[in-house]
Amino acid sequence: MRQTHTLVVLVEDQPGVLNRVVSLMRRRHFNIDSITVGHSEQPGLSRMTIIVTGEDAEVEQAGKQLYKLLEVVKVTDVPAADAITRELVIVKVAAKGPSRAEVIQIAEIFSARVLDATPTTLMIQATGSEDHIDSFLTMMRVFGIREMARSGKIAMSRGAAQSKQGRIDRIGDGSYAVAD
Amino acid sequence: MVLADSQTADPQTTEIRARPALEILSGAQITCRSLDAEGVTTVFGYPGGAVIPLYDAIPDAAFDHVLVRFEQWAALAAVGYARATGEVGVCIATSGPGATNLVTALADAHLDSVPIVAITGQVNQMLIGRDGFQEVDITGITLPVTKHNYLVRRAEDIAPTIKEAFYLAKSGRPGPVLIDIPKDVFLAKTRFEYPNKTGRKSYQPNLTPNLRQVRLAADAIDNAKKPLIMAGHGIVLSKAEEHFKRFAERSGIPVIYTLLGLGAMDEHHALSLGMMGMHGHRHVNRALEECDLLVNIGARFDDRATGKVAGFATNAKIVHVDIDPAEIGKNIGADVPVVGDAGEALKLLIHEIEPGDHTGWMAWIQSERNVALERALDDVPETPEPYAIIKAISEITEREAIVTTDVGQHQMWSAQYLGIKYGTRWITSGGLGTMGFGLPSAIGAKMGRPDLEVWAVIGDGGFQMSSCELATAVQENLDINIAIINNGFLGMVRQWQDLFQNRNYSEVAISAPDFVKLAEAYGATGIRVTKSDEIVPAIQRARSIKGPVLIDFVIDAEANVYPIVPPGASNSEMMHHPQWVPAEEDL
Repeated sequence: MRQTHTLVVLVEDQPGVLNRVVSLMRRRHFNIDSITVGHSEQPGLSRMTIIVTGEDAEVEQAGKQLYKLLEVVKVTDVPAADAITRELVIVKVAAKGPSRAEVIQIAEIFSARVLDATPTTLMIQATGSEDHIDSFLTMMRVFGIREMARSGKIAMSRGAAQSKQGRIDRIGDGSYAVAD
Repeated sequence: MVLADSQTADPQTTEIRARPALEILSGAQITCRSLDAEGVTTVFGYPGGAVIPLYDAIPDAAFDHVLVRFEQWAALAAVGYARATGEVGVCIATSGPGATNLVTALADAHLDSVPIVAITGQVNQMLIGRDGFQEVDITGITLPVTKHNYLVRRAEDIAPTIKEAFYLAKSGRPGPVLIDIPKDVFLAKTRFEYPNKTGRKSYQPNLTPNLRQVRLAADAIDNAKKPLIMAGHGIVLSKAEEHFKRFAERSGIPVIYTLLGLGAMDEHHALSLGMMGMHGHRHVNRALEECDLLVNIGARFDDRATGKVAGFATNAKIVHVDIDPAEIGKNIGADVPVVGDAGEALKLLIHEIEPGDHTGWMAWIQSERNVALERALDDVPETPEPYAIIKAISEITEREAIVTTDVGQHQMWSAQYLGIKYGTRWITSGGLGTMGFGLPSAIGAKMGRPDLEVWAVIGDGGFQMSSCELATAVQENLDINIAIINNGFLGMVRQWQDLFQNRNYSEVAISAPDFVKLAEAYGATGIRVTKSDEIVPAIQRARSIKGPVLIDFVIDAEANVYPIVPPGASNSEMMHHPQWVPAEEDL
């Protein structure tokens, strides 16, 4: 089935690792919708969130190819039902005269924060799911977005369990399983 | 030049070598000492600006250095060395053009899972990123064609990097590893101690298969009526030939081979059927159509082996044993995947399966042979027949010699008719199909196994790509016999143009120098064969002459390789020799 997958990839924090991951995805013809990189809870490990759209088998292949990179410690394909994903956006919106109060009011509806203000603009930060951000931006566009920066998604699965690090291989049922 | 104790990778030797080691050495010296500690006997290389400091240290190293004539052939010599010895092959090139010349050979080693370590010089670190003279981003360039690569930034990192590089190259699914070392790192001095441990948490090859999966595979094997074993390169890489033979014999299942799987078991073994795929034997591809179980051990279902995927082994359940989980389901879905080392999997399988007997099925497969073609091979026309040359080499060397090939028709004739006995003595470029491969890989193989006779079977086109390496073979005085199968064409492309492009022979007629004179000009011996009755005497003469010998076999210009599966077709749609089609009732 063709759908959007959220791959959480833990990698050793080494020079060039982002390049390795991205080149691999390009070389194997996997199209990346968005990618974010940052620190993880473990020192020395970075956490990448890669959003890819593709057939399930293709994405499984992408995961297995990623494992072949020396720096890749763990790949998790977070099922959509379990995934909590968040994005952050910063926009500079035209806000002069009477529309100013309106912009602030709408920002409040979206739990967004004003970061900076000038006589003619407001800089606003919003966080949330992709849909939430999209709706927020639809509203802001009415006033005129001067500049926008959007972070790409980060994701984590629900529940108390932290996915274990370990050796992964593919067993009969077609899923990944921790072998040891 | 080779010290006796450097020929083994005995850990104790390593220990002794490493202990006086808290000496202060240059990065270049550390590189050499590290290669010695890994038990490398020969490296293949070509000096240049960025590696001058490294070459300054090489005369003191225990390993031999073979000076090639072009860096690509250094890396393919390392491939030949690795495949003949089962150890890691090493090559050295300078920065910039030296490094980029390695790329094709690295890709070759990557696709064929050959363990090599390439060391490249890099410009001084202060020049990196400033487009310095002979600067290229070789780690960036080789990213997709290496198992891993490194840019070493400090002299103290050289030894641990080499240690890890060798481990990576040969463990798990083997492959090429490149180490890029800037000139100032070669010159910097530091304490040398060769580490005795390496490895990373993030790199854990899947060696031992899941027993549950092995049992599922064994069940499938025990219950199959018309099973086939497909033997791949993984068996040879895992040095599991003995276990493989025991497995095949216990199961009683006929064995077919991929191009690189040839030699996983003796092709003359009663259960051996020969090569599958685009130029596979008729009965082998027929068996693939009919089989109800295909047990693939250590092959990656390359498209030249499978033909059109939709038409491949359509009646069969697939058991796929591979050390690389990414190969499972990549090209052909597996009903029973077994992720693990071929040797480990075979050891377990031997215990799990029941003894089997498939004589009836085997007899059916044998009845599908193209008898007409096989009989025709015994005819001796006046012009040397390529099959006859290959068979003569095979018989005279008693199938004990290492044979390397180039790429094209002669390669397929060799694969079909050598009757390969050992996987490590069949050295050919499979995945990448690298022309020019034959001669440098023979040089590498001979350096690795000086005790064995070495033949390089090469086309007249491929030979002209790497003929400069004749000089290397002469300089090293290597006993290598070169058989040029000379048809004055880029034969395989001509064959495709003949069969599939309405004989539109576009840019395939290729002239050549007089190969006999060329050999003599290089200081080698040249022999020309233009008649069938000269084949055997020429081969015998070549074997008796010291140093490199080249035989120029002039064959029929338009001889084709049969069978051939047309591009994009299923294996079942193979085309046969127009004169020797299989008997009517077989079709």
